[in-house]
Amino acid sequence: MSDRKESAKQEQQRAGMTIMPAVDVVEDRTGITLTADLPGVPKDRLTARVDGETLLIEGDIALETAEGMEAVHAEMQGMRFRRVFTLSRELDTSKSEAAFRNGVLRLRIPKAEHAQPRKIEVKVG
Amino acid sequence: MYQSILSAPGDLFAELDRLRREMQQSFGGLGMPSSIRAVTRGSFPAINIGSTPKSVEVYAFAPGIDPDKLDVNVDRGLLSISGERRSDLPEESGEVSIYARERFAGSFKRVISLPEDADPSRIEARYRDGVVHISVQRHEPAQPKRIEIR
Repeated sequence: MSDRKESAKQEQQRAGMTIMPAVDVVEDRTGITLTADLPGVPKDRLTARVDGETLLIEGDIALETAEGMEAVHAEMQGMRFRRVFTLSRELDTSKSEAAFRNGVLRLRIPKAEHAQPRKIEVKVG
Repeated sequence: MYQSILSAPGDLFAELDRLRREMQQSFGGLGMPSSIRAVTRGSFPAINIGSTPKSVEVYAFAPGIDPDKLDVNVDRGLLSISGERRSDLPEESGEVSIYARERFAGSFKRVISLPEDADPSRIEARYRDGVVHISVQRHEPAQPKRIEIR
Protein backbone atom coordinates (compact mmCIF):
# COMPACT_ATOMS: atom_id res chain seq x y z
CA MET A 1 0.00 0.00 0.00
CA SER A 2 2.70 2.45 1.00
CA ASP A 3 4.70 1.27 -1.99
CA ARG A 4 1.90 2.24 -4.29
CA LYS A 5 1.66 5.67 -2.69
CA GLU A 6 5.38 6.10 -3.09
CA SER A 7 5.37 5.23 -6.75
CA ALA A 8 2.45 7.56 -7.42
CA LYS A 9 4.41 10.32 -5.76
CA GLN A 10 7.48 9.54 -7.81
CA GLU A 11 5.42 9.55 -10.93
CA GLN A 12 4.04 12.95 -10.07
CA GLN A 13 7.52 14.28 -9.52
CA ARG A 14 8.69 12.90 -12.82
CA ALA A 15 5.71 14.36 -14.64
CA GLY A 16 6.65 17.73 -13.21
CA MET A 17 10.13 17.60 -14.72
CA THR A 18 10.55 19.32 -18.03
CA ILE A 19 13.00 18.34 -20.73
CA MET A 20 14.69 20.83 -23.01
CA PRO A 21 14.25 19.58 -26.57
CA ALA A 22 17.29 19.49 -28.85
CA VAL A 23 17.02 22.02 -31.68
CA ASP A 24 18.71 23.10 -34.88
CA VAL A 25 18.37 26.75 -35.83
CA VAL A 26 19.31 27.97 -39.29
CA GLU A 27 19.00 31.43 -40.76
CA ASP A 28 19.10 32.17 -44.45
CA ARG A 29 18.28 35.19 -46.60
CA THR A 30 14.56 34.99 -46.20
CA GLY A 31 13.98 33.64 -42.71
CA ILE A 32 14.75 31.31 -39.85
CA THR A 33 14.09 27.56 -39.69
CA LEU A 34 13.86 25.88 -36.31
CA THR A 35 13.82 22.10 -36.02
CA ALA A 36 13.04 20.52 -32.65
CA ASP A 37 13.07 16.91 -31.46
CA LEU A 38 9.92 16.11 -29.51
CA PRO A 39 9.69 12.31 -29.50
CA GLY A 40 6.61 10.78 -27.95
CA VAL A 41 4.50 13.90 -28.33
CA PRO A 42 1.28 13.35 -30.29
CA LYS A 43 0.17 16.18 -32.55
CA ASP A 44 -2.68 17.23 -30.29
CA ARG A 45 -0.36 17.59 -27.29
CA LEU A 46 2.03 19.99 -29.00
CA THR A 47 1.97 23.75 -28.55
CA ALA A 48 4.05 26.12 -30.64
CA ARG A 49 2.95 29.65 -29.84
CA VAL A 50 4.28 33.11 -30.49
CA ASP A 51 3.44 35.73 -27.93
CA GLY A 52 4.94 39.10 -28.73
CA GLU A 53 8.60 38.36 -29.31
CA THR A 54 8.57 35.05 -27.45
CA LEU A 55 8.27 31.65 -29.05
CA LEU A 56 7.11 28.87 -26.77
CA ILE A 57 7.41 25.22 -27.69
CA GLU A 58 5.76 22.79 -25.35
CA GLY A 59 4.69 19.18 -25.68
CA ASP A 60 3.54 16.36 -23.44
CA ILE A 61 4.90 12.88 -23.95
CA ALA A 62 2.13 10.29 -24.22
CA LEU A 63 3.35 6.70 -24.49
CA GLU A 64 1.36 3.53 -24.81
CA THR A 65 2.01 1.77 -21.55
CA ALA A 66 1.28 -1.80 -20.60
CA GLU A 67 -0.88 -2.71 -17.67
CA GLY A 68 0.95 -2.75 -14.34
CA MET A 69 4.14 -1.40 -15.86
CA GLU A 70 6.99 -0.31 -13.62
CA ALA A 71 9.87 1.77 -14.89
CA VAL A 72 13.18 -0.04 -14.52
CA HIS A 73 15.40 2.24 -16.57
CA ALA A 74 14.76 5.82 -17.66
CA GLU A 75 17.03 8.07 -19.65
CA MET A 76 14.12 10.27 -20.63
CA GLN A 77 13.08 11.47 -17.22
CA GLY A 78 10.14 13.78 -17.41
CA MET A 79 6.99 13.77 -19.44
CA ARG A 80 7.03 17.29 -20.83
CA PHE A 81 9.19 19.16 -23.31
CA ARG A 82 9.47 22.90 -22.97
CA ARG A 83 11.69 25.57 -24.48
CA VAL A 84 11.30 29.29 -24.96
CA PHE A 85 13.06 31.45 -27.53
CA THR A 86 13.24 35.18 -27.96
CA LEU A 87 12.56 36.32 -31.47
CA SER A 88 13.61 39.57 -33.04
CA ARG A 89 11.44 42.21 -34.63
CA GLU A 90 12.40 41.62 -38.22
CA LEU A 91 10.72 38.21 -38.19
CA ASP A 92 7.19 38.08 -39.48
CA THR A 93 5.58 35.56 -37.16
CA SER A 94 2.17 35.98 -38.78
CA LYS A 95 3.54 34.13 -41.80
CA SER A 96 5.26 31.32 -39.94
CA GLU A 97 4.59 27.74 -40.96
CA ALA A 98 4.86 24.63 -38.83
CA ALA A 99 5.00 20.94 -39.68
CA PHE A 100 5.14 18.12 -37.16
CA ARG A 101 5.99 14.59 -38.21
CA ASN A 102 7.46 11.58 -36.40
CA GLY A 103 8.22 13.68 -33.35
CA VAL A 104 10.08 16.40 -35.24
CA LEU A 105 8.77 19.96 -35.37
CA ARG A 106 9.85 22.17 -38.26
CA LEU A 107 9.05 25.83 -37.88
CA ARG A 108 9.75 28.37 -40.59
CA ILE A 109 9.55 32.02 -39.67
CA PRO A 110 10.10 34.36 -42.62
CA LYS A 111 11.65 37.77 -42.31
CA ALA A 112 9.39 40.72 -42.88
CA GLU A 113 9.61 42.02 -46.43
CA HIS A 114 11.29 45.23 -45.37
CA ALA A 115 13.91 43.27 -43.43
CA GLN A 116 14.91 41.05 -46.32
CA PRO A 117 18.30 41.78 -47.73
CA ARG A 118 18.40 44.11 -50.67
CA LYS A 119 21.10 45.81 -52.49
CA ILE A 120 21.32 49.51 -51.98
CA GLU A 121 22.29 51.45 -55.00
CA VAL A 122 24.99 53.95 -54.50
CA LYS A 123 24.33 57.04 -56.46
CA VAL A 124 27.24 58.98 -57.66
CA GLY A 125 27.12 62.69 -58.15
CA MET B 1 41.61 12.32 -25.67
CA TYR B 2 40.83 8.69 -25.08
CA GLN B 3 37.44 9.65 -23.76
CA SER B 4 36.41 11.27 -27.01
CA ILE B 5 37.73 8.40 -29.09
CA LEU B 6 35.92 5.85 -26.99
CA SER B 7 32.66 7.69 -27.03
CA ALA B 8 32.60 8.14 -30.79
CA PRO B 9 29.31 6.79 -32.15
CA GLY B 10 29.58 3.36 -33.65
CA ASP B 11 32.86 2.69 -31.91
CA LEU B 12 33.22 -0.93 -30.81
CA PHE B 13 34.63 -0.14 -27.38
CA ALA B 14 31.98 2.46 -26.76
CA GLU B 15 29.37 -0.13 -27.68
CA LEU B 16 30.86 -2.67 -25.31
CA ASP B 17 31.03 -0.11 -22.55
CA ARG B 18 27.46 0.91 -23.22
CA LEU B 19 26.40 -2.70 -23.27
CA ARG B 20 28.04 -3.30 -19.91
CA ARG B 21 26.31 -0.26 -18.45
CA GLU B 22 23.00 -1.32 -19.92
CA MET B 23 23.36 -4.73 -18.35
CA GLN B 24 24.14 -3.23 -14.98
CA GLN B 25 21.40 -0.66 -15.13
CA SER B 26 18.57 -2.35 -16.92
CA PHE B 27 18.07 -5.52 -15.02
CA GLY B 28 20.65 -5.43 -12.29
CA GLY B 29 18.02 -4.61 -9.73
CA LEU B 30 19.67 -1.29 -8.97
CA GLY B 31 16.41 0.55 -9.45
CA MET B 32 16.04 3.77 -11.35
CA PRO B 33 19.26 5.55 -12.12
CA SER B 34 18.86 9.11 -10.95
CA SER B 35 20.74 11.22 -13.43
CA ILE B 36 20.85 14.95 -12.86
CA ARG B 37 20.40 15.42 -16.59
CA ALA B 38 17.16 14.55 -18.26
CA VAL B 39 18.94 12.78 -21.10
CA THR B 40 22.33 11.15 -20.99
CA ARG B 41 24.53 13.14 -23.30
CA GLY B 42 25.78 11.38 -26.33
CA SER B 43 23.42 8.46 -26.32
CA PHE B 44 20.89 8.45 -29.09
CA PRO B 45 18.22 7.34 -28.91
CA ALA B 46 17.39 7.78 -25.24
CA ILE B 47 15.85 4.58 -23.90
CA ASN B 48 13.27 3.93 -21.22
CA ILE B 49 12.44 0.41 -20.11
CA GLY B 50 9.33 -0.72 -18.30
CA SER B 51 8.58 -4.09 -16.83
CA THR B 52 5.32 -5.93 -16.28
CA PRO B 53 4.77 -9.49 -15.07
CA LYS B 54 3.98 -10.47 -18.68
CA SER B 55 6.30 -8.33 -20.76
CA VAL B 56 9.25 -6.00 -21.07
CA GLU B 57 8.44 -2.68 -22.73
CA VAL B 58 11.26 -0.78 -24.39
CA TYR B 59 10.85 2.80 -25.62
CA ALA B 60 13.53 4.32 -27.83
CA PHE B 61 13.09 8.05 -28.40
CA ALA B 62 14.22 8.33 -32.01
CA PRO B 63 12.34 11.14 -33.75
CA GLY B 64 12.50 11.92 -37.44
CA ILE B 65 13.56 8.54 -38.74
CA ASP B 66 12.30 6.76 -41.80
CA PRO B 67 10.89 3.47 -40.43
CA ASP B 68 12.59 1.66 -43.34
CA LYS B 69 15.95 2.81 -42.00
CA LEU B 70 15.27 1.40 -38.57
CA ASP B 71 16.56 -2.02 -37.54
CA VAL B 72 15.42 -3.95 -34.51
CA ASN B 73 17.19 -7.26 -33.89
CA VAL B 74 17.28 -9.92 -31.23
CA ASP B 75 20.25 -12.19 -30.91
CA ARG B 76 20.96 -14.43 -27.91
CA GLY B 77 19.11 -12.32 -25.41
CA LEU B 78 20.38 -9.01 -26.72
CA LEU B 79 17.99 -6.55 -28.27
CA SER B 80 19.59 -4.02 -30.58
CA ILE B 81 18.09 -0.93 -32.15
CA SER B 82 20.07 0.64 -34.95
CA GLY B 83 19.56 3.02 -37.80
CA GLU B 84 20.55 6.28 -39.27
CA ARG B 85 19.35 9.81 -39.00
CA ARG B 86 20.55 12.06 -41.76
CA SER B 87 21.37 15.65 -41.11
CA ASP B 88 19.14 18.01 -43.05
CA LEU B 89 21.19 21.06 -42.17
CA PRO B 90 22.34 23.12 -45.13
CA GLU B 91 25.97 24.02 -45.65
CA GLU B 92 27.00 27.12 -43.82
CA SER B 93 27.87 29.92 -46.19
CA GLY B 94 27.79 33.67 -46.49
CA GLU B 95 24.03 33.63 -46.65
CA VAL B 96 23.32 30.74 -44.29
CA SER B 97 24.12 30.87 -40.56
CA ILE B 98 23.64 27.95 -38.20
CA TYR B 99 22.94 29.11 -34.66
CA ALA B 100 22.17 25.78 -33.01
CA ARG B 101 23.17 22.28 -34.01
CA GLU B 102 22.02 20.14 -31.11
CA ARG B 103 20.08 17.41 -32.88
CA PHE B 104 21.77 14.07 -33.36
CA ALA B 105 22.84 13.15 -36.89
CA GLY B 106 24.51 10.00 -38.12
CA SER B 107 24.17 6.30 -37.51
CA PHE B 108 23.33 4.89 -34.12
CA LYS B 109 23.06 1.60 -32.28
CA ARG B 110 21.85 0.78 -28.81
CA VAL B 111 21.89 -2.63 -27.21
CA ILE B 112 19.79 -3.88 -24.33
CA SER B 113 20.12 -7.18 -22.56
CA LEU B 114 16.78 -8.87 -22.15
CA PRO B 115 15.86 -10.75 -18.99
CA GLU B 116 16.17 -14.54 -19.06
CA ASP B 117 12.47 -15.18 -19.33
CA ALA B 118 12.07 -13.01 -22.46
CA ASP B 119 10.57 -14.86 -25.42
CA PRO B 120 12.45 -13.82 -28.58
CA SER B 121 9.70 -15.26 -30.77
CA ARG B 122 7.12 -12.87 -29.38
CA ILE B 123 8.44 -9.38 -29.98
CA GLU B 124 6.49 -6.55 -31.50
CA ALA B 125 7.88 -3.20 -32.58
CA ARG B 126 5.98 -0.09 -33.58
CA TYR B 127 7.10 3.40 -34.55
CA ARG B 128 4.83 6.19 -33.49
CA ASP B 129 5.36 9.92 -32.85
CA GLY B 130 9.10 9.36 -33.13
CA VAL B 131 9.25 6.61 -30.51
CA VAL B 132 10.14 2.99 -31.22
CA HIS B 133 8.07 0.92 -28.83
CA ILE B 134 9.24 -2.67 -28.54
CA SER B 135 7.15 -5.08 -26.56
CA VAL B 136 8.83 -8.34 -25.55
CA GLN B 137 6.60 -11.01 -24.02
CA ARG B 138 7.90 -13.11 -21.18
CA HIS B 139 7.64 -16.90 -21.13
CA GLU B 140 4.78 -18.24 -19.06
CA PRO B 141 6.06 -18.97 -15.59
CA ALA B 142 6.41 -22.68 -14.96
CA GLN B 143 3.20 -23.77 -13.33
CA PRO B 144 3.37 -26.51 -10.72
CA LYS B 145 1.69 -29.49 -12.30
CA ARG B 146 0.28 -32.48 -10.60
CA ILE B 147 1.08 -35.73 -12.26
CA GLU B 148 -1.52 -38.35 -11.88
CA ILE B 149 -0.45 -41.85 -10.89
CA ARG B 150 -2.32 -44.52 -12.67
